[in-house]
Amino acid sequence: MRLTSRADLQQARRFYSQALSQQTTKILVCAGTGCIAGGSLVIRDHLIELLKAKGQNVAVTLADEPHGPEISVKSSGCHGFCEMGPLVRIEPSGYLYIKVKPEDCAEIVEETVINGRHIPRLAYSFNEKIFPKQDEIPFYKQQTRLVLEHCGHIDATSVKEYLGLGGYSAFEKALFDLSPDDIIKELSDSGLRGRGGGGFPAGKKWAEVQRQKAKPKYVVCNGDEGDPGAFMDRSVMEGDPHRMLEGMLISGIACDASEAYIYVRAEYPMAVNRLKLAIEEATERGLLGDNILGSNFSFRIRINRGAGAFVCGEGSALTSSIEGKRGMPRVKPPRTAEKGLFGQPTVLNNVETFANVPEIINKGAKWHRSFGTANSAGTKAFALTGNIRNTGLIEVPMGSTLRTIIYDIGGGIPDDKDFKAVQIGGPSGGCLTKEHLDLPLDFDSLKKVGAMIGSGGLVVMDSETCMVEVARFFMNFIQSESCGKCVPCREGTKRMLMILERIVTGRGAIRDLDLLLELADTVSNTALCGLGKTAPNPVVSTIRNFRSEYEAHILERRCPGRVCAKMKRFSIEADKCKGCSKCAQACPSAAISGKVKEPFVIDLDKCVRCGACINACKFQAIQESW
Amino acid sequence: MSQEFTTQVLDEIIGAHHNSPSAVIAILQDIQERYHYIPKAAFTPLSRRVGVSEASIYSVVTFYENFSLEPKGRFIFKVCDGTACHVRKSMPILERLRKELALTSDQVTTPDLGFTVETVSCLGACGLAPVLTVNDKVYPAMTPNKVSALVAELKEELSHETN
Ligand SMILES: Cc1cc2nc3c(=O)[nH]c(=O)nc-3n(C[C@H](O)[C@H](O)[C@H](O)COP(=O)(O)O)c2cc1C
Ligand code: SF4
Ligand code: SF4
Ligand code: FES
Ligand code: FES
Repeated sequence: MRLTSRADLQQARRFYSQALSQQTTKILVCAGTGCIAGGSLVIRDHLIELLKAKGQNVAVTLADEPHGPEISVKSSGCHGFCEMGPLVRIEPSGYLYIKVKPEDCAEIVEETVINGRHIPRLAYSFNEKIFPKQDEIPFYKQQTRLVLEHCGHIDATSVKEYLGLGGYSAFEKALFDLSPDDIIKELSDSGLRGRGGGGFPAGKKWAEVQRQKAKPKYVVCNGDEGDPGAFMDRSVMEGDPHRMLEGMLISGIACDASEAYIYVRAEYPMAVNRLKLAIEEATERGLLGDNILGSNFSFRIRINRGAGAFVCGEGSALTSSIEGKRGMPRVKPPRTAEKGLFGQPTVLNNVETFANVPEIINKGAKWHRSFGTANSAGTKAFALTGNIRNTGLIEVPMGSTLRTIIYDIGGGIPDDKDFKAVQIGGPSGGCLTKEHLDLPLDFDSLKKVGAMIGSGGLVVMDSETCMVEVARFFMNFIQSESCGKCVPCREGTKRMLMILERIVTGRGAIRDLDLLLELADTVSNTALCGLGKTAPNPVVSTIRNFRSEYEAHILERRCPGRVCAKMKRFSIEADKCKGCSKCAQACPSAAISGKVKEPFVIDLDKCVRCGACINACKFQAIQESW
Repeated sequence: MSQEFTTQVLDEIIGAHHNSPSAVIAILQDIQERYHYIPKAAFTPLSRRVGVSEASIYSVVTFYENFSLEPKGRFIFKVCDGTACHVRKSMPILERLRKELALTSDQVTTPDLGFTVETVSCLGACGLAPVLTVNDKVYPAMTPNKVSALVAELKEELSHETN
């Protein structure tokens, strides 16, 4: 069913909206990466079978013909609550069932679908309070889900469903009612800033590309999402792909581009599949291709898969990777907007940025500005992970505080441990501590304290985390991902890593701290691209906030977070030791001595902290402590 | 599992990408999908067909971590050591896996080409940390003991396949 005019599109929307209203009960089974890993597809199929066996009218996709009432079973995208998965959401009641197993399906069908009753044992509970409805769960209640609005709530594999919910109406408006200037003005007024890390004003970028005379122009969507520990873009691509395609289409109209690319990282096979399907469906419907809806606007979207290089998230590296080359950044200017893909003017935006666009066009700049802060309008998706009770994907207005995110949404730190720090912005970011709990999270206030929103990774760390080890972890990541083009980054990160490794293994010296800061300064001022420029951030920020931990490692060979293996102290408890000498035989560095049948002792200066003796002792006489 | 390399297969793959020089990465990905590595014999014909020098192709293959010039195993483990998995103790999982399969950070594939163990930084399933994948299937909330059980299971499967 190809749509060839504006009227066709409007009619399709009305038709599918009608079809949606015919679905008396909707069962949404999460088919995101996380829940599928937990077996959600088996659950979905089982539910369908059971419903059919009960003689119910079951639909797995929206019907193309008018029909009577039916029950639908849908595959949704990620709800962001993966740890509780597999998730099943029931509409219209809004019930959310967590950790569903195939054995639970019969009860769900019988009790909830047929008799309309809630099953408390499958609901989320906290402090013995049961939360039947998804919206009431504290994790969701405090969120403002605009970009993630559909994630988990619609069939992620169907353009019909997106149309039925008003999809492609912003594109329609942009195509028929607005001029490119109108679109760009709306976007500029909305205050939308890039969600990929840089925070560059999206309207300004589009205007720059629009101004370029050279043709053709390209639209590129950055779905490389390299920050390890972040999965916002993955969820949008998997859970609501058409929203992002619609944003890309609108940028094509605004900037006069008709070729587009989506660059998806290699580790996201499911996102690639969902996007492929979405592009196929949109093309079949005539929403992509030549002369869309009878206009003279044409637009095609291709998908490029990454091949495992973090640096390809950087704009010029990404375009060179699409061109089939090594993904190495180049010197700027010229900027991507002037000379991007194949040397042509290119709009390069992040997944979440594009996904923000349709609602801004539909509801207006003012609406968008009603969320967030003056300089950082709108919402931001964060991946909340680490030592926190509710891990997951959240969306909050810009300017929300860490306290809200960690305690109200995240449910606080588990196991009665204390909050220590949160690493924000991944390997290019910095850490925030207790004193920042009430700082509004937006582009500018974070910059002031030496951190950044980055792509939106938030890793919460409790008191048993070693900040030196965290810095080493990020430096190790960056060092191995440096493309090697420029010396400060290639060599500087390697030296910084060596120093950090020295410190965590107890071989550091106090002057290493000055050396680290000096190197940090050089690397960040002289590296070519953002990867190198921001690489020292985690080191600088942990030294600033947790200098005493560095000092403990260096001066006392002690790891206050009780993490660094080489800081362990091994000792033999004399009254448990039978003097069997097994430990001494196991010790690779002859650190254990003693007379047989008398207690043995460990010489800590010789001990290399390998732990072999612990395993060798049959009498549990050997203790490790920090 | 890894079939003999033939130029016919290569021709099919290149044809599907319209001999385009900008499709070099996509072509290499398809080759790797088929053979689990990039056979050296592919370089010369690929270079001729798409008009990109062998040196450039080689530079691409060595730049991207996903490409391998060494044959890989039937089962490819990717242990996530992204931030979220790291703070939830992914290293002991990697260590156990390597121990079970007698592999190291330098020797990543077993001599019988049964298993390959690699690390990856984030699979996007951070909510289920620590995570690993085997041939793209995600295994959530891993522990060293679960790893041992999984290895035993896959070894069993492998012995059936080869018999
Ligand atoms: C090393 C490096 C990695 C990056 N990785 C990503 C990424 O994974 N996703 C992304 O959208 N932007 C990434 N960026 C930022 C992009 O260069 C670019 O600013 C962004 O995609 C522009 O889109 P936006 O303005 O919509 O944010 C990265 C930048 C650098 C320097
Ligand atoms: S800063 Fe690092 S990643 Fe960026 S160009 Fe230089 S070497 Fe490559
Ligand atoms: S930890 Fe290792 S080096 Fe130290 S005493 Fe025990 S066996 Fe010896
Ligand atoms: S995959 Fe189901 S909630 Fe994330
Ligand atoms: S950090 Fe392991 S899946 Fe994201």
